Amino acid sequence: MSQASKPPLTPSQTVGPYFALGLTPAEHQSIMRPLVSSEIHGQGQPISITGRVLNGAGRPVDDAMLEIVQADASGRLDNDGFAGFARADTSMEPANSFTFRTVKPGPLRDGEAPYICVIVFMRGMLLHACTRIYFADEEANLNDPVFSRLPEDRRDTLLARRLDAADHGAYQFDIHMQGERETLFFKLPNATNA
Amino acid sequence: MSGIDSSQHPPFIFPAYQSSVLRGPTRPLFDLGAFHAAQSGAALEARASLAGRFRLGELDHDMTRNARQGGEPLGERIVVSGRVLDERGNPVSGALIEIWQANSSGRYAHKADDHDAPIDPNFLGAGRCITGPEGRYRFYTIKPGAYPWKNHHNAWRPQHIHFSVIGSSIVSRLATQMYFPGDPLLDLDPIFKAVPAPARGRLIAHFDLGVTQPDFALGYHFDIVVAGSSATPQDDHRGGDK
Repeated sequence: MSQASKPPLTPSQTVGPYFALGLTPAEHQSIMRPLVSSEIHGQGQPISITGRVLNGAGRPVDDAMLEIVQADASGRLDNDGFAGFARADTSMEPANSFTFRTVKPGPLRDGEAPYICVIVFMRGMLLHACTRIYFADEEANLNDPVFSRLPEDRRDTLLARRLDAADHGAYQFDIHMQGERETLFFKLPNATNA
Repeated sequence: MSGIDSSQHPPFIFPAYQSSVLRGPTRPLFDLGAFHAAQSGAALEARASLAGRFRLGELDHDMTRNARQGGEPLGERIVVSGRVLDERGNPVSGALIEIWQANSSGRYAHKADDHDAPIDPNFLGAGRCITGPEGRYRFYTIKPGAYPWKNHHNAWRPQHIHFSVIGSSIVSRLATQMYFPGDPLLDLDPIFKAVPAPARGRLIAHFDLGVTQPDFALGYHFDIVVAGSSATPQDDHRGGDK
């Protein structure tokens, strides 16, 4: 491994208000062919995750973009036939909600709870933020090595909840940027300790 | 703000950039790195391989041609090239770079842009490319114009191109903006100035006669360094960039 030079990182900047032009063109009737959709296809239990992004005044943000990354239904990350990556913005739907349609991921290892990684971008964010979606109806959360170590009063902010009692796989997950219910965000591992 | 390398990146909240005040997180980040250093295995954020899975169209890298409607876009043609490196200095190949920008008059082809400057029917201002084996990328476009915004009285954004970079994992995810040398608006721009002073220069492209194409386009060089390492153990199992 080359240790010759360690160049300093390129600083982050906001995606601004017009990111849809390049990143989510399908939601804006652009002539640009979309590269990443809001759907992930694969074997397993189909689920949908709907929610809003709320600012510090509790108002829905209408120019946020979310990306999700997840394992397939059996917990694999190296499944070449499975694109565990999707993108949605909050500009178009009523109430500025986002919706992902995907399959429920499997746990990466025995004893872990399944989760979906979420990356949050928006006008006004100079640096993106990373969080995770855990599922409120998963008993494995209690023993999950990360979830069970999160501050107790903030774990709820990572839980997607079923929208109805029936088993339709519809979940709700709101992201609160600030306030009493501010979503817990993560600092990610870097190259030296990944 | 705990947990962010404040020598490299802007803070979540930078009051001179008004939109950040109600949108940036305020509470401490949970440090997954510290957690995983003490555990076996690594977080999905560092493991999932994202590079190498995107297929582009023939003209995606050429914004001077990818939205023509019978004419050519107006403005100064430029070619932008550089390399994407990881924080160890190794090239990141297969990285997806997505770019978007205003036209030469300072107007975006986006319904939310109400700046009273002309739309160019032959210019969309969106493109993308994928880095080659040495981490190199190149795209053609029109030099974007400056434009006013509503952050404060008489506020103008410097000329810039938005970049989104998807490298080898979530750790290396980056959204940034590339600026142009000598722009007098840089010193007045709260988005640019939110970056710690020693790091700001890394957002400014260099004019490069070697990149410039004779009788065609001025050349700019812009290298991008993303967090993380492109040489993860998972690369061994990926079976090529299919």
